[in-house]
Amino acid sequence: MNRLYAARRRRNAVAMVLSVAATTFGIGWLALILGVLLWEGLSGLSLSVFAEMTPPPGAAGGLLNPIMGSLILTVLAVLIGTPIGILAGTYMAEYGRYSPLTSIVRFINDILLSAPSIVVGLFIYEVMVAPMGHFSGLAGAVALAVIVIPVVVRTTEDMLLLVPNPLREAAAALGLPRVVVIGRVCYRAAKAGMVTGVLLAIARISGETAPLLFTALNNQFWSLDLNAPMASLPVVIFQFALSPYKEWQQLAWTGALIITFTVLALSIIARMLSATRKPS
Amino acid sequence: MQSTGRRPVVDLVLNGDAAGFGAMPARSKRLDRLRWGDALFHQLTRAAAAGVLILLSGVIISLIHGSLPAWRAFGFNFLIEDRWNPVTEKFGALAPIYGTIVTAFLAMLIAVPVGLLISVFLTELCPLWLRRPIGIAIELLAGIPSIIYGIWGLFVFAPFLQQTLQPFLIEVFGYVPGLSLLFAGPPYGIGILTASLVLAIMVLPFITSISRDVFEAVPPVLKEAAYGVGCTTWEVVRYVVLPYARVGVIGGVMLGLGRALGETMAVTFVIGNAHRISASILAPGTTISATIANEFTEAVGDLYTSSLIALGLILFAITFIVLAAARYLLLRIERRIG
Repeated sequence: MNRLYAARRRRNAVAMVLSVAATTFGIGWLALILGVLLWEGLSGLSLSVFAEMTPPPGAAGGLLNPIMGSLILTVLAVLIGTPIGILAGTYMAEYGRYSPLTSIVRFINDILLSAPSIVVGLFIYEVMVAPMGHFSGLAGAVALAVIVIPVVVRTTEDMLLLVPNPLREAAAALGLPRVVVIGRVCYRAAKAGMVTGVLLAIARISGETAPLLFTALNNQFWSLDLNAPMASLPVVIFQFALSPYKEWQQLAWTGALIITFTVLALSIIARMLSATRKPS
Repeated sequence: MQSTGRRPVVDLVLNGDAAGFGAMPARSKRLDRLRWGDALFHQLTRAAAAGVLILLSGVIISLIHGSLPAWRAFGFNFLIEDRWNPVTEKFGALAPIYGTIVTAFLAMLIAVPVGLLISVFLTELCPLWLRRPIGIAIELLAGIPSIIYGIWGLFVFAPFLQQTLQPFLIEVFGYVPGLSLLFAGPPYGIGILTASLVLAIMVLPFITSISRDVFEAVPPVLKEAAYGVGCTTWEVVRYVVLPYARVGVIGGVMLGLGRALGETMAVTFVIGNAHRISASILAPGTTISATIANEFTEAVGDLYTSSLIALGLILFAITFIVLAAARYLLLRIERRIG
């Protein structure tokens, strides 16, 4: 009897030690990656990174045009994707909460949410780049918008579903039509959560590379023309990191540092926003 | 009624009434406008929801349309042929398909046990005040863009593996019959094994956060009953928590698998991009997404482009099936909890 007990305790101890080890393993990677990123990226971080254009091979330069390009693409993608996402999410949580369309859309949306982003790039290439005959910043923005939509749909629906029904009923009892109830009551109650969703979407697309590779392509020069290829940070990192030139590789690390900390800052802000909501 | 500042919404309808009966037409006009606005907004939101469906069908139709020339030229052979020769324009998808499946499988082999153990730690062992920070740290791993994993894998992780793990594997298993095939060849650093390890780190947060959520959904009464009859923590996890959470865990694993199959940038950096099938996991290989990312902009000729789009279609079909299965399983567990 005692031997059995000892064996059970031993097995338990082994499992528990393993689970602690697994957790340190997981967190260790995070520390390791961020550490290397800081180490490699900080040494190249200077004002000229934000003030100069991407250099030709073997010369010094900065990342101004890809940073600007990334900003433009992200803002455009959010402007295109967010309204569609919010409207679709509104339908699913409000008008069509019990309609069969909603459950189909929810299923499809969840699949789009984790579909490979490179396929989105191929899709936009087929419907925009190939017919237009050239790569363009606009196509890149639309590709990113396709990634924004499912994220926003999901959070909007979830957040609107959290709005207590008595609020809707009280507003309806005053004789207000649904559109006013949604606009002035539901959206207001769900605002923090919906903003969180948009922030998460921005975090998601600001590091996306695959959908931009054959839509926005890349541009070594300063260009704000949406109809021409446009540089973006992730694509420049991809190109520079795989190059044999030291200066380019250094810029790639610096760009990686900028992206990562932007993304982490965004997701931490989003988390804080949704955390302050919870107790209420 | 005051009209300064923000007017209460009720005013929209009622303030016309202040004058008494004379205002009735104005009131009904306002009501009409609201009714129209409501109907319009209803249709608008419905169109947007339908837009999501259109988006998916658009993806499928455009991929099929774009890949037609490749299917016409190669037919079913495209799936079982491993030649990939842009010069003679002979294309077959077997090598990328093989690479995709092998890297994803190896990644899951590592990530699933580790992810489950982390969830066990978070739900059973971890002191309450530590739970949130650790949970957030693991989820931040999911937030790091995949290109960062790529550049890190190429410059830091691959050289590290080349000097440590890979020579070790070759030394230990290189002369064991059977296993020697798996670990044959020089340590390149980059290759299938490296890609799998990077993928494992990337999908770890997905598996962890979902299995933690389903572990937490296990009714405390069940666990308390098990503890009450003298079970150890491990026995509670093994015989109560895991069986209860099985469906959800499988859903989370499938979700992670969907990610691993479709992951592009991180893999592109470290897989080596060699269109061949070799038994050794130390050898360079390629995956569907890495092939597309590497070759698409340089592809000349319709058949080449079309073959790459056909690869995209295959990838989409595989991930669609995996993700649909994952969502279905997770939906089932949501219904049970709700």
